[in-house]
Amino acid sequence: MAETQIKNFTLNFGPQHPSAHGVLRLVLEMDGETIDRADPHVGLLHRGTEKLIEYKSYLQSVPYFDRLDYVAPQNQEHAFALAVEKLTGVSAPLRGQYIRVLYAEIGRVLNHIFTICAFAMDIGAMTPMLWGFEQRERLMEFCERVCGARLHMAYFRPGGVSLDLPAGLADDIWEWTEKFTAFLDDLEALLTENRIFKQRSVDVGAISAEDAFNWGFSGPCLRAAGVPWDLRKAQPYDVYDRLDFDVPVGKHGDCYDRYLVRMYELRECQKIIRQCLKEMPPGPVRADDRKLAPPPRREMKHSMEALIHHFKLYTEGYHVPPGETYTVVEAPKGEFGVYLVSDGTNRPYRCRIRPPGFPHLAAMDFLTRGHMLADVVAVLGSLDIVFGEIDR
Amino acid sequence: MDTGLRELGEYLVAAMGDAIKEVALVSEELIVVVEREAIRRVLSFLRDDVNCQFKQLMDVTAVDFPGRSERFEVVYNLLSLTHNRRIRIKLATDEQTPVPTATSLFNSANWFEREVWDLFGIFFREHPDLRRILTDYGFQGHPLRKDFPLTGYVEVRYDDDLKRVVYEPVKLPQDFRNFDFLSPWEGVQAQLPGDEKAGEAK
Repeated sequence: MAETQIKNFTLNFGPQHPSAHGVLRLVLEMDGETIDRADPHVGLLHRGTEKLIEYKSYLQSVPYFDRLDYVAPQNQEHAFALAVEKLTGVSAPLRGQYIRVLYAEIGRVLNHIFTICAFAMDIGAMTPMLWGFEQRERLMEFCERVCGARLHMAYFRPGGVSLDLPAGLADDIWEWTEKFTAFLDDLEALLTENRIFKQRSVDVGAISAEDAFNWGFSGPCLRAAGVPWDLRKAQPYDVYDRLDFDVPVGKHGDCYDRYLVRMYELRECQKIIRQCLKEMPPGPVRADDRKLAPPPRREMKHSMEALIHHFKLYTEGYHVPPGETYTVVEAPKGEFGVYLVSDGTNRPYRCRIRPPGFPHLAAMDFLTRGHMLADVVAVLGSLDIVFGEIDR
Repeated sequence: MDTGLRELGEYLVAAMGDAIKEVALVSEELIVVVEREAIRRVLSFLRDDVNCQFKQLMDVTAVDFPGRSERFEVVYNLLSLTHNRRIRIKLATDEQTPVPTATSLFNSANWFEREVWDLFGIFFREHPDLRRILTDYGFQGHPLRKDFPLTGYVEVRYDDDLKRVVYEPVKLPQDFRNFDFLSPWEGVQAQLPGDEKAGEAK
C-alpha cells in the first residue's frame, strides 16, 4: 500500500459563527477531525471600556458596567458600587442591600437560563432556547418596572440603588418564583437525562481542580471541578451572610457537570429571591449621604441646599478619597473583580475590570486539545463565554 | 477575613526580606511591593508555602504613573482558597525594562500578561507567546498609557471603491470636550485674586 501524505490543516472558526457566542475567532490546527491546537483570537469587540472610564466621573462609569457582560448586567454594577463604597466608606442601607441582592440574583437567573439554553442549542437542542427566553422576558420586565431599562439598568449606584421598588412589584416577583419551579422541572426533563445531550457533554472538556486553580477558574466552572468555593459564602458582601442557600458542587469538571451546577444554582437563586422578598425591611434605599447620593426629588422643591447638592452631583460628581481596592463579587460567570485606583479627584485614575470569562477562554487550548471538532462547540458553550466582558 | 493579614505580611518579610520593599495594609487589603527581579521567587513562595497557599493568580494588571521615574506599576492579585485570603503584589518598571513572566508558575498569567503588554507596552521576559490580544491586528501604540489619546490615532471605515476596510487618521467633527470639574473652592491649590490680603489683615 502506497504511503499517503497526511497534512495538518488550519481551520478558522468564527468570528461569524453562531456557536462562537459573538465574535470569537478560533484558529484551530486540526489533525483530521481532532484538534492539535486551539488559538482563540479575542478583541473583536474591544471598546476600550477601561480607558473610557478614566475620562468619566464615578457615576458616569456605572452604565459601562452594564455593557460588559450584557447577559447579566446587574452583577457587574454591583462590583463597581461595592468598590466605590469601600473607598468612600459609605455603605448602603439595609433595604438597598436587599434590593441589590434580589436583582443580582435575578441577573444570575437571566445569565444561567441563557447559558444553559444556548449551550443546549449549540449541541442540538432547540426547544430550551424558546422556553428559556420566555422566562428571560418575564425577568427583564421586572428590571424595566424598577428602573425603566430592560437590560442596561444602571440601577445599582454607589450608596444603594437609584429607585425603590414600585408598588406591587414584589408580589409579582413572588408569583413568578412560584411558576419558575415548573419551568425548571420542564427544562430538566428535556436535558438532564437526555441521551443525545449527555453523549455530547459527559467527559467532554474535563478539568481537574488542580488545573482549574492553575488556569484561574472561578464560579460555576471551578465548582464543577469539585471545589466548594463561592464568594457569596466565603467573602460575603451586602446581605448574603443573612441568607440561607446551598452551593452546588460538581465532580468531574466536564461540560455536563458545568451544566448541572448551573441548573442547581437556578434553584438556589429562586430560594434567595424568595428570602429577599420575605425579609426585606422597609426604609431608605440610598445612603443618606448628600455628598454621594442625590437628595429626594421632593426635598429639592423647597430646599436650596438639596438643589445645590443635586446640581453638583450631576455635573462634577463626587470626589473619592485616594486609595485603591480590588473588590470582587460572585458574578454568574465567576469572580468579577474591579481594581479601582483613585487619586482623590472625581474620576477614577485607573479602573481595571477583571472579567471571569477571560481566563476561562484562555484555557480553551487546554480543554479542547485532542478532542473532536464538534466538542469545541460544546466546551465553548459550557464555559459561558460572553464577549462583552472578555474584550471590554 | 482581614484577621491574620498583618501577620502574613510580617511572615513574608521574615521569609523573603531581601525581595520585599514595602508591606502595607490599605482598606483591609494586603499590598506587598517587591523587587522586579524577585517576582518569580515571591510568587512561587506564595503559591507553595504552607502558610500562604495562594494557588490562584486571579489577575495581572498595571497602572501608569507618568510622573514616576519607573512609570508602570504591575499588579498581581492572588487568592488563597485554603485560607480565604487575598494578597496584592506590586512591582515597578518602565517602558524599557522587561519583567520576568509568571507564566511558568501560573497558566492564567499567560493571557493576563499578553493583555498588559498589549495595553501598556510592558515587556514580559521569557513569555512563551507575547502577542497583542485585545487590540486590532497591526495596531500601533499602547492604549492604556496615560499619554495615549482617548480617541486614538486611526479610525476605520469601509471604502466602497476599494471594497475593503481602510484606516485613516481620526477626524473629529467636534472636539472632545473634557470638562475640568476640579472645584475652584476645594480642589485647586492656586492662589485666588485677593488671597494675598488674607495674611495682612491679621
